[in-house]
Amino acid sequence: MKILVCITHVPDTTSKIQFAANNTKLDTTGVQFIIGPYDDYALARAVELRDQTGGKLTVLNVGEAETEPTLRKALAIGADDAIRVNAFPKDSFFVAIQIAHYAKEGQYDLILMGRESIDFNGGMVHGMVGELLGMPSFSPVMKLDLEGSTVKMAREIEGGKEMIEAQLPLIAGCQEPIAEWKIPNMRGIMSARTKPLNVVEPVSQETQAEATSYQLPPAKGAVKLIDKDQVGELVKLLKNEAKVL
Amino acid sequence: MSILVYIEHAEGKVKKTSLEAVSFANALAAQTGEGEVVAVALGTVDQAELASVGKAGAAKVLHGADARLDAGVIQAHASAVAQAFQKVGAKTLVLAKSSLGDAVAARLAIKLQAGLVSNVVELPNTSGGYTVKRSIYTGKAFAETAVTTENKILAIKKNAIDLRTDGADASVENFDVQLSDADFAGKITATERATGEILLPEADIVVSGGRGMKGPENWGMIEDLAKVLGAATGCSKPVSDIGWRPHHEHVGQTGVKVAPSLYVAVGISGAIQHLAGVNSSKCIVVINKDPEAPFFKAADYGIVGDAFEVVPKLTEALKAEL
Ligand SMILES: Cc1cc2nc3c(=O)[nH]c(=O)nc-3n(C[C@H](O)[C@H](O)[C@H](O)COP(=O)(O)OP(=O)(O)OC[C@H]3O[C@@H](n4cnc5c(N)ncnc54)[C@H](O)[C@@H]3O)c2cc1C
Repeated sequence: MKILVCITHVPDTTSKIQFAANNTKLDTTGVQFIIGPYDDYALARAVELRDQTGGKLTVLNVGEAETEPTLRKALAIGADDAIRVNAFPKDSFFVAIQIAHYAKEGQYDLILMGRESIDFNGGMVHGMVGELLGMPSFSPVMKLDLEGSTVKMAREIEGGKEMIEAQLPLIAGCQEPIAEWKIPNMRGIMSARTKPLNVVEPVSQETQAEATSYQLPPAKGAVKLIDKDQVGELVKLLKNEAKVL
Repeated sequence: MSILVYIEHAEGKVKKTSLEAVSFANALAAQTGEGEVVAVALGTVDQAELASVGKAGAAKVLHGADARLDAGVIQAHASAVAQAFQKVGAKTLVLAKSSLGDAVAARLAIKLQAGLVSNVVELPNTSGGYTVKRSIYTGKAFAETAVTTENKILAIKKNAIDLRTDGADASVENFDVQLSDADFAGKITATERATGEILLPEADIVVSGGRGMKGPENWGMIEDLAKVLGAATGCSKPVSDIGWRPHHEHVGQTGVKVAPSLYVAVGISGAIQHLAGVNSSKCIVVINKDPEAPFFKAADYGIVGDAFEVVPKLTEALKAEL
């Protein structure tokens, strides 16, 4: 069993987002980067499946040198080796092309990633890779079990879920509660240092929809506090001032 | 030439988010002169319901009635929409951002060699080039995105666009979809759907409870408030993690992202991950006994007080007024 997990390198969820260079790039001052939270679910489940079936678990990130600590963390959590495609991830299409290329080379049985990244929130890469490889893709997947080459999944639909049975190989965009996040332990951290992290070059420079500049939403006004014994006042404000009732 | 819109429906009804996509396409057609708006709907849907898509601005609806398309099989839907795109000679596909929409759009981006922009919040700027504004960092910022391909796919963020309702009924045409077994890789063995409830992702008003509600036995209060408001109910992540509420009610960064007109948060601290799922709401009301709760900074209106005391009173006041 060969499993590939694709991870993003994104600002920690609590980061204050600001832009630099005339609003053309993220201001990374003071920003801590993490494995995308949805990717973390994919990775956690992949570690469990690898432990269950044997085989090999590879993580891949399309990113420049500064994403290596994120890949090392994935190795510490339990991946066997890592691939860094040495390029700035310009858009989802560009990223999907890189993943599809190296996934094809690696002949993986199962490709897992998060349902979406928490920077651009596109939710596109799993489907694009599926189409590029001619493989079925499923998302958002909240449960995934293997029985031989049959994959039993639950996919979230609005207000509920769908149970799906499919055959390997396939791609899944994951979300909770597929597995509990894993925290690297000391042994994992030590062994991650010696696990292979292969840097490879991108296969194309094509993009289709690239961000050119960024903006912040207008600042929020102060909250209007209403006395807890005057709830009628709140109702009036919602009706007449906010006009939402 | 036409603009094609992919329509989603559930329990016989076209989704409001899809009608927003039609309204968007209608305004886009007027701006760019891309001809009429044609919608495509897949699976079993009532014809009158489809005709009513015209109210939002579609001239025609192509109906691929193949019952195998009732379930949202991603590949089959992508194949069918690609066929409709070719059939009407479209250059632009518009759809609502959703779990199914994202997955279908992603495959179509490759099939149609189309630049795909998700979470679109405004009509594109087409004066010299083609740039689209989209919401990023889970609502914390926007990006202007340049699309360089001839074919384009725009996935519209919910509640970002005013719904058009004054159009005439659309004509509904049968659309013969060619599908192969490979399009149906993956068999749906069961579906669990909450029925009769207002669905959270589409609700215009949402009432959410957090850990401050102390236990699932107290949710009746949240439900009563939601009922008078005609609202869906939601919760914070720990609440669904502990199992007080079902997972699909969990709102936030890692849960459902909502964009209602009114969001009422009861006993929720307002952690940044929760805010990330609600910051597109038009109006936020917070009820929390801790005046220092971070949620008050994101709120339009707030009441500092015990939920067990305030919520029943608010429900009564609303009953009297609405
Ligand atoms: C990567 C990551 C992703 C996450 N994603 C999400 C997400 O998607 N959604 C999400 O919600 N969280 C998410 N979280 C968790 C988040 O950080 C907070 O832990 C969570 O939102 C807190 O939930 P809460 O406000 O219900 O609970 P608490 O933090 O325990 O707050 C309870 C609040 O209730 C108030 N309260 C208590 N009793 C009463 C009363 N009687 N009347 C009125 N008020 C009362 C308290 O003052 C307090 O403010 C995520 C965390 C991480 C690390």
